[in-house]
Amino acid sequence: MNIFEKILARASGKREVTPGDIVEANIDMAMIHDLTGPLTLDSFKKIGASKVWDPNRIVIIFDHLIPASTIRAATHQKNLREFAREQGIRSLYDIGQGGVCHQVFHERGYARPGELIVGADSHTCTYGALGAFATGIGSTEMAAVFTTGKMWFKVPKVIKICVRGKLRKYTTPKDLILKIIGDLGEGGAIYKGLEFTGQTFKEMSIDGRLTVCNMVVEAGAKAGIVPPDNKTITYVRARTRGTFKPVLSDEGARYENVLEYDVTGFQPLVACPPTVDNVRPASELQNVSIDQVFIGSCTNGRMEDLRLAASILKGRRINEGVRMIISPASQEIYKECLREGLLRIFTEAGAVVTNATCGPCLGGHMGLLAPGEVCISTSNRNFVGRMGSPQSKVYLANPATAAASGVTGHITDPNELRRR
Amino acid sequence: MTITAKTLKLGNNINTDVIIPGRYLESIDPEELGRHALEGLDPTFPNKAKEGVILVAGKNFGCGSSREQAPIALKSAGVRCIIAESFARIFFRNAINIGLPALECEGISRTTSEGDTLSVDLANGIVANKTTGTVMRATPTPQFILKLIEEGGLIPHVRALVERS
Ligand code: SF4
Repeated sequence: MNIFEKILARASGKREVTPGDIVEANIDMAMIHDLTGPLTLDSFKKIGASKVWDPNRIVIIFDHLIPASTIRAATHQKNLREFAREQGIRSLYDIGQGGVCHQVFHERGYARPGELIVGADSHTCTYGALGAFATGIGSTEMAAVFTTGKMWFKVPKVIKICVRGKLRKYTTPKDLILKIIGDLGEGGAIYKGLEFTGQTFKEMSIDGRLTVCNMVVEAGAKAGIVPPDNKTITYVRARTRGTFKPVLSDEGARYENVLEYDVTGFQPLVACPPTVDNVRPASELQNVSIDQVFIGSCTNGRMEDLRLAASILKGRRINEGVRMIISPASQEIYKECLREGLLRIFTEAGAVVTNATCGPCLGGHMGLLAPGEVCISTSNRNFVGRMGSPQSKVYLANPATAAASGVTGHITDPNELRRR
Repeated sequence: MTITAKTLKLGNNINTDVIIPGRYLESIDPEELGRHALEGLDPTFPNKAKEGVILVAGKNFGCGSSREQAPIALKSAGVRCIIAESFARIFFRNAINIGLPALECEGISRTTSEGDTLSVDLANGIVANKTTGTVMRATPTPQFILKLIEEGGLIPHVRALVERS
C-alpha cells in the first residue's frame, strides 16, 4: 500500500484498502478557525449533541479576521471562546498567541506523521509535509466530526511526483509547486493524493515542504504527502508530547501515475490571474506594474520566506507608489523576525508589518484592493475578487520575486534586480 | 426524488471566491448569503435563480476554499440541484451535507443550453432534457449519499444517530 492507503486503513481499522473504497475513519485531530468555526458551532447546536467527542483532539485558531475587524467578527470570536470553555477544549489560540492556522497547527505539534487530520479550511493539506494525511472539510462536516469523531473517505488514487536537481538561489519550492500546478491544471488532481519524493524533497527544508503541500489543493488534490524522514521526526518531536508512528509507502505500492521533474535551471515563476495554473516566468512579466505587494500567508509567511524577502529588501526601499504588507505567519515567527532584525529591514524599506493574520490573503481586512489595482502576493489564490475588488488583479509568486517587484514597481525576476 | 426546473449555465473552474467572496464569510445567515450568490461573476444571479433553477456547469465546479457558505448561498438563492462535469471535492461534500443535490454528468455542458428544462432523477442518475428530448446518464449517487440527501443533509442524519445512542 502507499502512504495514503496505509493511513486510511489504520484509521478505519482495516488491514488493507484500495482506491475507490469508501471507509469510515476515526479522526486523529480536527481544526477550526474564526471564519469556519461559527458555522460549525451552529451546525453542532442543530445536531443537538451536548459534548464533543474528544476535547483533546480539537484545535481552534483565530487567524482570518484578527484583531476582530467588525462587531460580527468579534461576536463570533467571543462565541468560540465560550464554546471552548464549555467543552473543555484547551487548544485555543487567541489573538497574540498563535497566528495563521496552518502555521500554528504544526508549530505547536498537532500535526504528526501517520495521523489523519481534518480542518475546516481547504489548506489543511499543508500538514502532509509532515507525513500526515490531512485534508479540508466544510463546517457542517466538522460538526459531525465533533459529534462522532468519524468521517467517511473515499480512498484516493495517488500520483507520485519524483523531483531531482538543486533549486537555484531565488528559485524556491513555491516555484516548483507552481510549475506542477501549471502542468496538472486547476482541476488536474481532483480527488487524488500527491506523493512527493526524490532528492530535491530529501534536501528541502520543512518550511519548503509545507509550501509545496499547502498548494496541492489548487490542483484539486485531496491531500499531498512528503514521506516522513529524520528532518520530519526532529521537527515534530521538538513540538509534541504525544507519540506517533510514521508510515512510508511500501516498495511496489500502487500509483495511478508517476511524474518526474528536474528542477535544474528552473526560474522564478508567477501565476497570473485569474487561475493558479496560469503560470509564466517572472522575467516575461516585466511590463506588469503593481500597486501592492503582500508577503505572508500559510503558503509563504514562514521564517525561510521572510529571510529571503529580507535579503532582497536589505538596504533598499520599495518603489514610490507601491505599498508592501508583510504578515509573519505566526507570533513565533514574528518574534524570530524581531530577534534577527528582519522587522527593522522591512520597516526601513517602507513596508507595513502586520500581526500574524490571514488578513489581505482572503480579502478579509488590512489591505484590500481597489478596482483596477494589481497586487503581487506570496499567497496561494489569485481568483477574481480574492483580495478585494472583482476588478483588481492578483499575481502569485515566491517571496524573493514579490520583494524584488516591490523595489522596482513592476513584476521582476529577483535575479535581474541590480544594486541601485 | 426527481427535480424539474429550468437551467442556468456556468463554465469551467467556477471557484468559491466568486460564488461567495471572502468579505461576506462573516455571515452564516442563508438569506443574506443568497443575496450575494455568484456576485463575483454575475451580480444579477440571485434574481435569475429565484424561481428555482438547476445549475449546469463545466469541470471542477466549486474549487478553492472549504467555505460552506458557497453551497449555502447557491441553495438559498434558488439553486435546487447542480449538475457539473466534475466537482472540487470539498464543495461536493458540502453541497450534499447541506442537502443540495450535486451530480456529475460527463458531457452535460455540451448538450444543455441555458434555459432548457431538465428533469433529474437522482436515485437512478438520469438527466432528461425536456426541451431537446435527450436523456443523459450521470455518475450514479451511492446509496448512502442518496439517503443523506433524502434525510435533508448531514445535520438530520447525525441528529438521528445522537438520538438513537
Ligand atoms: S493565509 Fe490565506 S489561504 Fe492561508 S488559511 Fe489564511 S486565508 Fe486561507
